[in-house]
Amino acid sequence: MMSVLAVEVPYWGQSLLRVLGGIVAVLLPAGTIVYVFLFKMMSFMQSRLGPMEAGPYGSLQLVAEVGKWLQKEDIIPERADARIFKMAPVVVLVSTFLLIAVVPFGPDAWFTNFEVGIFYALAVSSLSVLGILMAGWASANKYSLLGGLRAAGQLIAYELPMVLAVIGVVIQAGTMNLQQIVVAQNSGSIFGFDGLGNPYILTQFVGFVVFMIAIQAELTQAPFDMPIAESELVSGYMTEYSGFRFLIFFIGEFATAGVFSLLTSVLFLGGWGVPFAWFGWSDVDSVANWMNVAGPIIMITKMMLIAFIIMWVRFSSPRFREDQLQRFAWKVLIPVSLGNIALTSIFKVVM
Amino acid sequence: MSLTDRVLGDRQRLAYIASQAADARLNVELETEGMTLNIGPQHPATHGTLRIIARLDGEQVVWAEPSCGYMHRGYEKLAEVRTYPQVTTLVNRIDWLGSFANEVPFILAAEKLMEVEAPPRAQHIRTILFELSRIANVSLFLGDLGVQMGAITPVFFAFRDREYVLNLIEGATGGRFHPNFDRIGGLKDDLPKGWIAETKAVMKKLRTFCDQIEDLLFGNEIFQSRTRGIGVIPKDIALQFGLSGANLRASGVDWDLRRDHPLPMAWNKADWKVWTHPDGDSFARCWVRLQETREATKIVDQLLDTIPSGPIMAKVPKIIKVPEGEAWVSTENPLGEMGYYVVSRGELGPFRVKIRSASFNNISVAPWALRGVYVPDIITILASLYFILGDIDR
Repeated sequence: MMSVLAVEVPYWGQSLLRVLGGIVAVLLPAGTIVYVFLFKMMSFMQSRLGPMEAGPYGSLQLVAEVGKWLQKEDIIPERADARIFKMAPVVVLVSTFLLIAVVPFGPDAWFTNFEVGIFYALAVSSLSVLGILMAGWASANKYSLLGGLRAAGQLIAYELPMVLAVIGVVIQAGTMNLQQIVVAQNSGSIFGFDGLGNPYILTQFVGFVVFMIAIQAELTQAPFDMPIAESELVSGYMTEYSGFRFLIFFIGEFATAGVFSLLTSVLFLGGWGVPFAWFGWSDVDSVANWMNVAGPIIMITKMMLIAFIIMWVRFSSPRFREDQLQRFAWKVLIPVSLGNIALTSIFKVVM
Repeated sequence: MSLTDRVLGDRQRLAYIASQAADARLNVELETEGMTLNIGPQHPATHGTLRIIARLDGEQVVWAEPSCGYMHRGYEKLAEVRTYPQVTTLVNRIDWLGSFANEVPFILAAEKLMEVEAPPRAQHIRTILFELSRIANVSLFLGDLGVQMGAITPVFFAFRDREYVLNLIEGATGGRFHPNFDRIGGLKDDLPKGWIAETKAVMKKLRTFCDQIEDLLFGNEIFQSRTRGIGVIPKDIALQFGLSGANLRASGVDWDLRRDHPLPMAWNKADWKVWTHPDGDSFARCWVRLQETREATKIVDQLLDTIPSGPIMAKVPKIIKVPEGEAWVSTENPLGEMGYYVVSRGELGPFRVKIRSASFNNISVAPWALRGVYVPDIITILASLYFILGDIDR
């Protein structure tokens, strides 16, 4: 039992507090920083300044934008299935928040510590398909319907290479617990050479590339943004949304990008560990306490790095066509990741 | 069926049944309902108000038809109640991205009727401004191409570098978008001081821009997979539908009015090349336009070196009355062949003006080119055909 301000808090309450505290302490500032960073970065790529008015150097742009969207009228089309229409954005956002619950930020800085953390994460992430399909169908709009169906086809197709890419990591780490995966990477060695630790980006590079491509598709970012495809489908499944509900989709988009970046850094970049230094700790419990402070900072840095790559690709490549995308998933990514699994298994047994 | 019953009203249900009958052929093998998708008039991809009615089977287009006229401004009729010098103000706004090029053929037609010819210096400057407006027009196409396919970065590059060209046009004519600079018998003004050196510097920048776009888009594998072999228009079809400009040259027809059609302009004083492409697909159309932008910068560079001295205005009366007669003049505009058929009854204004604009004919091939493609390809094919709404509807 934990007591907060002399009130006994039951276990479920503790979990709730952890998650709420986590969202307030980590997700919101991280979201703001990442958002401003990405907007600035992409503006410089496109030879313009980006947001400059809201706050010093445009740093409060997210606040301004949230304020703007909150003021707008909440329009529900007459023929829309109102209940489903209202529910859809929430489902998308919930899948993101459920995802953040398993990401470890430090030896003790975690919300939940599942034994099957990565399995849970991948399962929950596919919830967003449901939300998108709901939005597409309930809008009673042809563009939305096309967008929703495209999204469903795409997300299901790319779920598979993503899972297969993660299996390589799981085989190498020998566990599905994200905390253990972090420890395995930082205390491991590459072919007996343990000066670096073993961030899996070095040994699982194929898996890393496949995973990055798959999350790009999973996030419906260019070159895989056919579900939104603003030049074809106006805005895909989001066409009919306005005001607050659009805001939820919008936040969901960036938050999911952030969370997937966190997940990638846990799986491939050594998570909250200081890169290439482990200080000889034997396991999670013996890690020094200062890592609980340094961990989140390291994680957010790594997340920005990954998000940078995601956005870099997003802003410089045109989009595929739907059939080309499916062909790419089934004929290229899945065979490659299967080969990666086979190789990893062989090395795992031999070494 | 229950869904459609609930959703549609009585009047719409009748229309629905009619469309079902049209689908009967489609539905023989699979019990799927077709869907009619109205792309436009308000749609991000039509950059204007073009409406494309597409009948879809899943994501495949069964037939598609452009429906234009949403932006009809009646310039042919308006020209009848304007005097000759006033008409250039109207025709500026036909293809608003390369507006100086619209004025030239009309002025040439009026000059042909009056049997005057602009002095060599005016011809040179006209040609330079004509090519500058071509660059301003096509550079935006090159950027827009990316947007249509989901890459938003090239368009910012295009706007950035097009700005230099617009500044030049503004420097010479006083108007960024609608110069209204061409006069019967010559030009309104001479070039300002320092303009030539500045233009040369900008042309260098534009060539760098072309290289950037080539790196960013044309070399991109996704771009190639989206455009190569898509929307192929063979030579004979292109000729039948009356395509012109880069669209025709991309189908392998070596035809350029600037070279083939003697006009009192200075193109024959520069050394340049007409690019053609044998494929006739979307990629070919985009590529030909890219090469044309490069050629245009070369033309401008060469003509700047050889501007003759002399007056910029021929001897024309203060009040222009065009003698009775009919004249047809067409030039190779950024979008294709643009021509004016001017009928004069010897009055202050034209009796009748028929405007042949390139985009109207170029878009007419769309129903042929769009059959059987996927929805995303509608956008890329239309983007590569490259139309300006003002040029379609006039």
